[in-house]
Amino acid sequence: MTVTCPACGRETAQAVWHAHLCVCPACGSHQPIAARARLTALCDEGTLAEMNADLVGGDPLDFPGYAKKLAAQREKTGMQEAVMTATGRIDGHPAVLAVLDAQFFMGSMGTGAGEKITRAIEYARDAQLPLIMFSASGGARMQEGFFSLMQMAKTSAAVADFSDKGGLYISVLTHPTTGGVTASFASLGDIMLAEPNALIGFAGPRVIEQTIGQRLPEGFQRSEFQQEHGFIDQIVPRAQMRTVLSRLLRLHEGGVKRT
Amino acid sequence: MIKAMIRELEEIESAQRTAQGAEFAQLAARRDALLHQLSDLTPEQKVLMARYPRRPKISQYVDALFTDFFEQRGDRQCREDRSILGGIALFHGRPVTVLGHRKGGNIEENLACNFGMPGPEGYRKALRLMKQAEKFGRPVISFIDTPGAYPGMEAEERGQGEAIARNLAEMSRLRVPVISIVTGEGSSGGALALGLADRILMLENAYYSVVTPEGCASILWKDPKKRDEACMALKLTAQDLLGFGVIDGIVPEAVGGAQRDTQALFARLDREIAQALDALEGKDADTLVRERYAKYRRIGLA
Ligand SMILES: [Zn+2]
Repeated sequence: MTVTCPACGRETAQAVWHAHLCVCPACGSHQPIAARARLTALCDEGTLAEMNADLVGGDPLDFPGYAKKLAAQREKTGMQEAVMTATGRIDGHPAVLAVLDAQFFMGSMGTGAGEKITRAIEYARDAQLPLIMFSASGGARMQEGFFSLMQMAKTSAAVADFSDKGGLYISVLTHPTTGGVTASFASLGDIMLAEPNALIGFAGPRVIEQTIGQRLPEGFQRSEFQQEHGFIDQIVPRAQMRTVLSRLLRLHEGGVKRT
Repeated sequence: MIKAMIRELEEIESAQRTAQGAEFAQLAARRDALLHQLSDLTPEQKVLMARYPRRPKISQYVDALFTDFFEQRGDRQCREDRSILGGIALFHGRPVTVLGHRKGGNIEENLACNFGMPGPEGYRKALRLMKQAEKFGRPVISFIDTPGAYPGMEAEERGQGEAIARNLAEMSRLRVPVISIVTGEGSSGGALALGLADRILMLENAYYSVVTPEGCASILWKDPKKRDEACMALKLTAQDLLGFGVIDGIVPEAVGGAQRDTQALFARLDREIAQALDALEGKDADTLVRERYAKYRRIGLA
């Protein structure tokens, strides 16, 4: 069994590919990694404990075809929602983690994802734990209309409240992070990290090109561009993510919030 | 089309001023028929009404509802974004901060204010004004009317997403009352960025949605012409959203649209804002913020 890299076309044995966390050993391109695989690789062995695994959103608008599409996504991915939330330890440091998975419904945020993310933030607040969230999302889930739009308000309010109480929030942007997720919790980290060459923006490139009537330059809205424009602290390759997060958690230990 | 119907109605009403006898009766009958049609609009017709160019604009609301308006410009970092209007004013003698999306009534005006589509500088100006409102204990009253945040290169370079996110975070903990009124189009994060409020009101023919109906149709069905279906499916009318319990009230409009009787509209809106302010100003800041958090916290909870 081999995996063909979508970037360079070279084949890699599946075991090697997964050992490299879905980063192509030949060209270094960062390909999508499942939320569970990411968390498993990140957390100390035996410390990962998923939260709200069975929590799912509904179909508040009774949107045509949505229930069927949702069922198909669940069938295809084996996931219940676009986000997985958990507690775990990284190099011994406890943290609350949320990982959006673009392979489920493009990682879109509906009421289910919004609720899970909000619960994770509130758990971190109440347990006084650092919060690490990985984003990968096409934005708000259109089929849940106004309700999904309000998940932007809900998650942002939760981050603000968590921050007021002195919580540390590290936001990691991965390919792609766009729309309502960029315009809410994903942009609100105390520390902003990104994986290399991830597409990060509010409007999608196609919408921008249609609006301005010209092609976007190479690298537009990529991680390096976002760092250049001041929105990212550092770009961190997936292979180093665990080390960097561990270091950041250590740097925030023993801090006391002045009130 | 809704525009043609409104235009015909206006022509009839102007013709009625000089018509007599049988001609007048004929015009009156046609007028009644039009009013009847316009009194029961489909979601798509409401969306078109929300975009009707002669619908009242933010400057008219500011003139009618407030006195002593002092406009505040600029984000203090980069530029002045004319697609958002904001400043200090008096509401029944009480200082408030007023802000909202600015749309034009014709093409020149619209080019100047970018059709009510802000860039990050507009949102940052709005945030600056809101933080100042908090400092001086002024309630914030925001008017929402936008097809969305502007999807342009510069907007992305300067952090459109970050600007919207920041507004949401800051508005959620603003220690003064926030009242938001959707007067026309309430589309996507670009609308919500001025709309995280203690009270959300909508005009009768306004819409509020995660995406424009055309955007929804082209993404989901690869066909922007399926706007009608998208308007239905998105449940974006004021009536739908009040039914869901996710907005707080509807401000009625004249049959044929808000522009047909602005005096009645402003009088009603004046009462609604006064009532909301009365209810909110009795609360201490902690209660206000806690209740606002809870208001959004419950949306979507299964
Ligand atoms: Zn490769």
